[in-house]
Amino acid sequence: MYKMLTVDYSKCTGCRLCEVVCSAKKNGSVNPDRARLAIVKWEQACVDMPMICQQCESAPCIMVCPVKALSADERLNRVVINQDLCIGCRFCVAACPFGAMSLDSTIRKVVKCDLCDGEPICVKFCETKALQYEEAGTASAKKMRAAARKVLESMRAG
Amino acid sequence: MRQQEIAYVNLSTGETEKKPIPETMRRKYLGGRGIDVYLLYNHITPGTDPLGPENALTVSAGFLGGTLAPSSGRCHIGAKSPLTGLIGSSNMGGFFAPEMRFAGIDHLVVTGKADHPVYLWINNGDIEIRDASKLWGKDTVETPALIRSDLGDEEVKTICIGVGGENLVRFANVISGLKNAAGRTGMGCVMGSKNLKAIAARGGQDLPVAYTEEALRYLEHLLKLMRENSLLQEQSRLGTAMFQMMMDLIGKVRNRNLQRNQLADGQGLYAENILKFSSGTAACFGCPVHCRHRYQVPEGEYKGQWAEGPEWTTLGALGSEPDCRRMEAVLVGNYLVNKYGVDSLDFGSMYSWAIELYEKGITNETTTGGLKLEWGNEQLIYEMIQRVATRQGFGDLLADGPKRAIEKLGENAAYYNIHVKGMSWLHTDDRMAPSHALGVATASRGADHLRSRPGSDAHMLPPDQGEKLFGFALPGMTGYENSGKLVRWHELIYAISDALGVCKFQALYMSPSVVSFAEYAQLVRRVTGMELSAADLMAVGERICTLERMFNNREGASRDDDMLPERYFTEPTPLGPEGMKGKLIERDKYERLLDEYYAAHGWDNSGLPTGETLARLGLDKEPSRVI
Repeated sequence: MYKMLTVDYSKCTGCRLCEVVCSAKKNGSVNPDRARLAIVKWEQACVDMPMICQQCESAPCIMVCPVKALSADERLNRVVINQDLCIGCRFCVAACPFGAMSLDSTIRKVVKCDLCDGEPICVKFCETKALQYEEAGTASAKKMRAAARKVLESMRAG
Repeated sequence: MRQQEIAYVNLSTGETEKKPIPETMRRKYLGGRGIDVYLLYNHITPGTDPLGPENALTVSAGFLGGTLAPSSGRCHIGAKSPLTGLIGSSNMGGFFAPEMRFAGIDHLVVTGKADHPVYLWINNGDIEIRDASKLWGKDTVETPALIRSDLGDEEVKTICIGVGGENLVRFANVISGLKNAAGRTGMGCVMGSKNLKAIAARGGQDLPVAYTEEALRYLEHLLKLMRENSLLQEQSRLGTAMFQMMMDLIGKVRNRNLQRNQLADGQGLYAENILKFSSGTAACFGCPVHCRHRYQVPEGEYKGQWAEGPEWTTLGALGSEPDCRRMEAVLVGNYLVNKYGVDSLDFGSMYSWAIELYEKGITNETTTGGLKLEWGNEQLIYEMIQRVATRQGFGDLLADGPKRAIEKLGENAAYYNIHVKGMSWLHTDDRMAPSHALGVATASRGADHLRSRPGSDAHMLPPDQGEKLFGFALPGMTGYENSGKLVRWHELIYAISDALGVCKFQALYMSPSVVSFAEYAQLVRRVTGMELSAADLMAVGERICTLERMFNNREGASRDDDMLPERYFTEPTPLGPEGMKGKLIERDKYERLLDEYYAAHGWDNSGLPTGETLARLGLDKEPSRVI
């Protein structure tokens, strides 16, 4: 099983409930700034983009961590952080291409998405299924079928 | 952990002050519209000029705003209204109120007047008054972008006024994002009078949850209830515009001002027509319903500009009322009213009134400044939105709202204006529905449906459901008996939605199977830890409604101000299916309904709360100036 968190940008309504439930579950309080994912908005252009940790296979955050606080967890195909080792240097924050690593201003350590140990709460509460936690093969097949549909439509239109 | 606060800002002196909100006040008023009416009653002296510096403008987040309550993004804005001279009270969705809470502020009280254009910057609890000279004259689409650039922070949330508010249009609204509009009672006009262009907020503070696991489970439960509700499913697909088809078919739309109650070939305005322009639906904060379409203006000068909506209200105000039956035109008009920052309902009603007056020869081209007013003329609608917002020519007269425009045009004109307390009636024709008519007429803020409209009538529930839900038999769509009690019951639940800062579309407006007092009590306990029963919440609702009543009474309102427009008593509906056609409101029965409604609230027959009611609700010492 190789499951991953996926985003269908076209389905996001921008409600930010994912941020709300993520921060509540992780911190016992609602504060989107402390959530481990974010909906990036361009309000005036009607754009909402969910930004998540991609749990990279070759993760820049792991590579730059000087104290080996970050490591790959092959069981859940994720990158995990050991808070006891984290020195809060924020190299990983700088290195992450997606802005998915953040320094939590309350605990003063870097926090990141841990996929809720295999049951991501953001997915559970995403009303339109813009966020899904699915098998890699399934996700790729869905993506391919969606692309095929577009090709088909353009062929028929042509 | 710091407590959420109320911030007081005096724009004349530049002074700001913050105070915590005592728990006793939460128990009595919760937050949002609840705390808001307390602040208005306590900070506005009777007789205050609504456009003077002494008027207080309040901006409030709900008690559950930005939390694990579904759809908790509502923002409430209050002041003494320049449109009605009574309570100003307006509510919108979006993302501003939660952001204000994350910045540590639940309520803002703004008094005074800045000597030049300014905006307020709420930055994690710090409040700064910033120069807005470069923002003055900008529309509601440009303004937020300029503020974000000024502050160097793209995550800032804003509320602002357009040129309508700057020009003191008495029904100017306040806009957040592209279309969230605190539309009613002219709160944008009050901001304009204070030289206050906008308020920006950004915060990163925690809103603690009392029982996280329980609250998450309960949220899941409520979302399931909402997801399984067929009306909400339809609303997710079509937006509130979904109501247009049904209401047109049963003859319940205002057409050609109030001359017809059904459109001739009105299919062009049915919500399905929006779908080909919609690029998907967007949601307010924490809302599973996502009821607004995103679209690009399909034609004309602003073709290609992004917009959201239209709500059914705007579709009716710019479509049904002036008899404009093409969806594309409504989509253009919707963009324009939001861009200029004027309330679509007041605009649509005033404009349709103007056309009827012109048609009847009560006004002429001299009055209108050369304009030939006619039904269905799309270009004229766009032109008049702009003229009203900038107060040019005839637009200047309409921009003053019903009361003042009537004073200028005379008694003949008065009969044709559909308003209550000086605020325009919405886009529905309610002559066949006594409970709806009564609710609109008794609404504390002037003619409005979102203070009490009993959805149960529209859904044609069997009468025995009334016993179960409310403790009395339902009057049905066209019945009188118990309408007063029904309106009062719904006033309480709507007041609670507004005080909690959640969207009332999740409450009983939509369906009896969704959220009611008991569920809200559960939510409040899980999220805030405060133990309140369903009965306690009903009492909060009563307190809010009664204090609003006291605000209006103190400004000189009386039973006369709860009367329907005269036409409701004299002209029967000309169209519609059997049961809806030939209907008007019978005057004597309406008077009895008013008595029933007052009695249900514990007010006497002049609409004054009795001493016993004041004591029971703990309002006998107001104004008490606790906060």
